[in-house]
Amino acid sequence: MMTKNIRREDMSRAVIVHAILLTYTLVALYPIFLVIINAFKSRKGIFSAPMSLPNAETFSLEGFTKVLARSNFELFFFNSFTVTVVTIVIVLLLASMAAWALSEYKFPGNTWLALYLAVGIMVPIRLGSVSILNLIVELGLINTLTALILVYVAQGLPLAIFILTEFMHQIPKDLKEAARCDGVGEFKIFFAVILPLIRPAVATVAVFTMIPIWNDLWFPLILAPGDGKQTITLGIQQFIGQYVTDWNAVLASLSLAIIPILILYLIFSRQLIRGLTSGAVK
Amino acid sequence: MADLKLDQIRKSYGAVDVLHGIDLDVKDGEFVVFVGPSGCGKSTLLRIIAGLEDITGGDLMIGGDVVNTKSPRDRGIAMVFQSYALYPHMTVYKNMAFGLKLANHDKSAIDQRVREAARILQLDQLLDRRPSELSGGQRQRVAIGRAIVRQPKVFLFDEPLSNLDAALRVQTRIEIAKLHQELESTIVYVTHDQVEAMTLADKIVVMNAGNVEQVGSPMQLYHHPQTRFVAGFIGSPAMNFTTVHIDAVEQGRVTVTVPGGAKAVLPFDVPAGDVGKDVELGVRPEHLSPGEQGDLSISGEVDVVEKLGDSTYLYLKLANGDRFTVRAPGHSRIKIGETVSAAAEAGASHLFDANGKAYDKLQCPAEYSADE
Repeated sequence: MMTKNIRREDMSRAVIVHAILLTYTLVALYPIFLVIINAFKSRKGIFSAPMSLPNAETFSLEGFTKVLARSNFELFFFNSFTVTVVTIVIVLLLASMAAWALSEYKFPGNTWLALYLAVGIMVPIRLGSVSILNLIVELGLINTLTALILVYVAQGLPLAIFILTEFMHQIPKDLKEAARCDGVGEFKIFFAVILPLIRPAVATVAVFTMIPIWNDLWFPLILAPGDGKQTITLGIQQFIGQYVTDWNAVLASLSLAIIPILILYLIFSRQLIRGLTSGAVK
Repeated sequence: MADLKLDQIRKSYGAVDVLHGIDLDVKDGEFVVFVGPSGCGKSTLLRIIAGLEDITGGDLMIGGDVVNTKSPRDRGIAMVFQSYALYPHMTVYKNMAFGLKLANHDKSAIDQRVREAARILQLDQLLDRRPSELSGGQRQRVAIGRAIVRQPKVFLFDEPLSNLDAALRVQTRIEIAKLHQELESTIVYVTHDQVEAMTLADKIVVMNAGNVEQVGSPMQLYHHPQTRFVAGFIGSPAMNFTTVHIDAVEQGRVTVTVPGGAKAVLPFDVPAGDVGKDVELGVRPEHLSPGEQGDLSISGEVDVVEKLGDSTYLYLKLANGDRFTVRAPGHSRIKIGETVSAAAEAGASHLFDANGKAYDKLQCPAEYSADE
C-alpha cells in the first residue's frame, strides 16, 4: 500500500516535470520552426498564412535563390565561420592553459589573479564599446576579422577560465604526481594527460563561447561593417529595409545560418556526454 | 639499483614541524617498510624521497648523489600510488609505455620492456584494455608495471594495497614479495598495516609523530622493541601492557609485583634508583598460556571470548582494571565469567620505564630472540 502510493507520487511528479520541460522545448523551438517553414513559402504565402506549412500553392524557393544569387552569402558565411572557429581555438587554448596555471601552481597573487579574471564574467563587454572602437581604430584593425576575433577572445576568456579551473581542480592530484614520477614534463602533462581528461569541460566551454559570437550583431556592426568583412548576421541586414523588408530572403538566410552552428554543436555535444575520469583512481 | 641515504631530513609546513630530522640508510636491493599510525609522517617522508615535497632541511642521497633539488623525473625513482593513478584515457600498454616514449626510447626497446613487465605481472591478456575495464587488483598491477618499465634506481610504494579487499591484499602482497626477489631492487614501501610490514620488509622503520622510533628487521622489532610504542604497534593482536611495581633489584634481576599481588622475577637490567617505582610490563598474547603456572603468572576474569578456530582469544580483566589478551588453544573450553590464570616465561616479558623506553633484557632465551 505504502510503496504503491509512493510509486504513484513518483509517477505524477515525473509527468509534471516532463510536461514542463516539453512545454519549454516547444516554446523554444517554435520560432525556429516558424522561420524554417516560412523560408520555403512565397511572399504571398508568408503574409496570408504565416502559421501554416507550405503547400503546393505557397511553396517556393525564391528566398533561397535570391539570397544565393543577389548577395555575397558564401562570403558572409565564411567570415562568420572563420571568426567563430579561430576564436574558439584561441579561447580554449589560452583559457585551459590559464586554468591549469591557476589551479595547479602556487604563486604569489594566484587568488587575486583568478578573482580579476572572474570579474570579467560580470562586466558586459559592450559597456566598453567606445573605447574598444577607439583602440581598434588606433591599431588600424578597423574592418578586419582580426578585430572581431580579438574582441571575442576577450569576451569569452573569463567564463572559460572560470569553468575550466573548476574542472581542473577535480582531477586527482595523484594522477599529476604519478605523471611527474613517470618522467613526464609539465607541458606534456598538460597536453597529454590533463586536456584529454577535461574534454567534456572543454566542449562545454566551446559551446558557451561559440553561440554568442555566431549570433552577435553589435561588434560586426561597429568594428567590421565594410564590404567583404560582414558576418552573416550583419549580411542579412541588407534585406531588412526601413520601408520594405524582403522576408523571403531574411528567413532563408536565417535558416541557412542555423546549419553550421548546428554542426559545431553536434561535434562538441558528443564530448559532453562522456565522463572520462572513470578508472583513473579508485 | 642504488642505495638511499637520509641525513637529518626535516619538513615543516609553515610553523608546523612534520618531520624532525630523520636519519636512515637503505642498502642497495633492500626492502624497507615505513610503518606507523596515520599522521606520523611516513607518507610525507616517501613523497620527499620521490621529490613531490620540498625538503625543509637535511640531505637526501640516491646512489651517492644529493638529489634535494632535483625534480622527480631526474631522481631515478618510480612510485606506485594507493589510488593507482593510471591514465584513464590510455590502454594498459600505453599507460606503461607513456613515460618511456616521452624519454625518447627506441620503439622496439619500449615494446620489449612493456611486454616483459606484462609477463612478470601476468598482464599479457589485458594490454589493450582501458583502466576502467580492469578490477582493482589488475589496476594495481598495471601501476606496478608502469614503475617496473622505467627500471628505476628506487621503487616507492605508497600504501599500494589499501584499496584492495582482504583476499586480494594477501595475494598481491605475495606477488610484491616475489617481485622483489626477482628484480632485486631497492624498495621503499609505506603502510599502516603492521602485517604487511612484517611479511615484506628486510628492514622496518617504525615512525611516530614525525620521528623514527626504531629501525630493524621484523624479528628484531618483534622480540626487542626499544620503546613501548613499537612494542604495541608490532604484533597482532597487540602486546598486553599493565603497570607493575618494582620491589627489588639485584644483579641482572628485578622483582616486581603484578596486579593481583603475585611476585615475579624478571631478567632486566634496571638501575637501583628505580626501586619503588611503577613501570610498565608487556607480554604478547601468544606468549601467555592459560591455566598454567610459570615465571610470570597473572590472573583475571574472562569477559570476552573470541573463537578463531585454530586458536581462541580470551580477554581478561586484571585486578587493576587493565585488560589482557591471552591466546588459548582452539579447543579451549574456557567461558565468560571464569577466572583464569595465565603464565609466561620470564624471558618473554618486556619492561618499559615511565618514558616508554625499554629496559635491557638480559639472558634472552633463543625462542624470544631475533638472533639466529
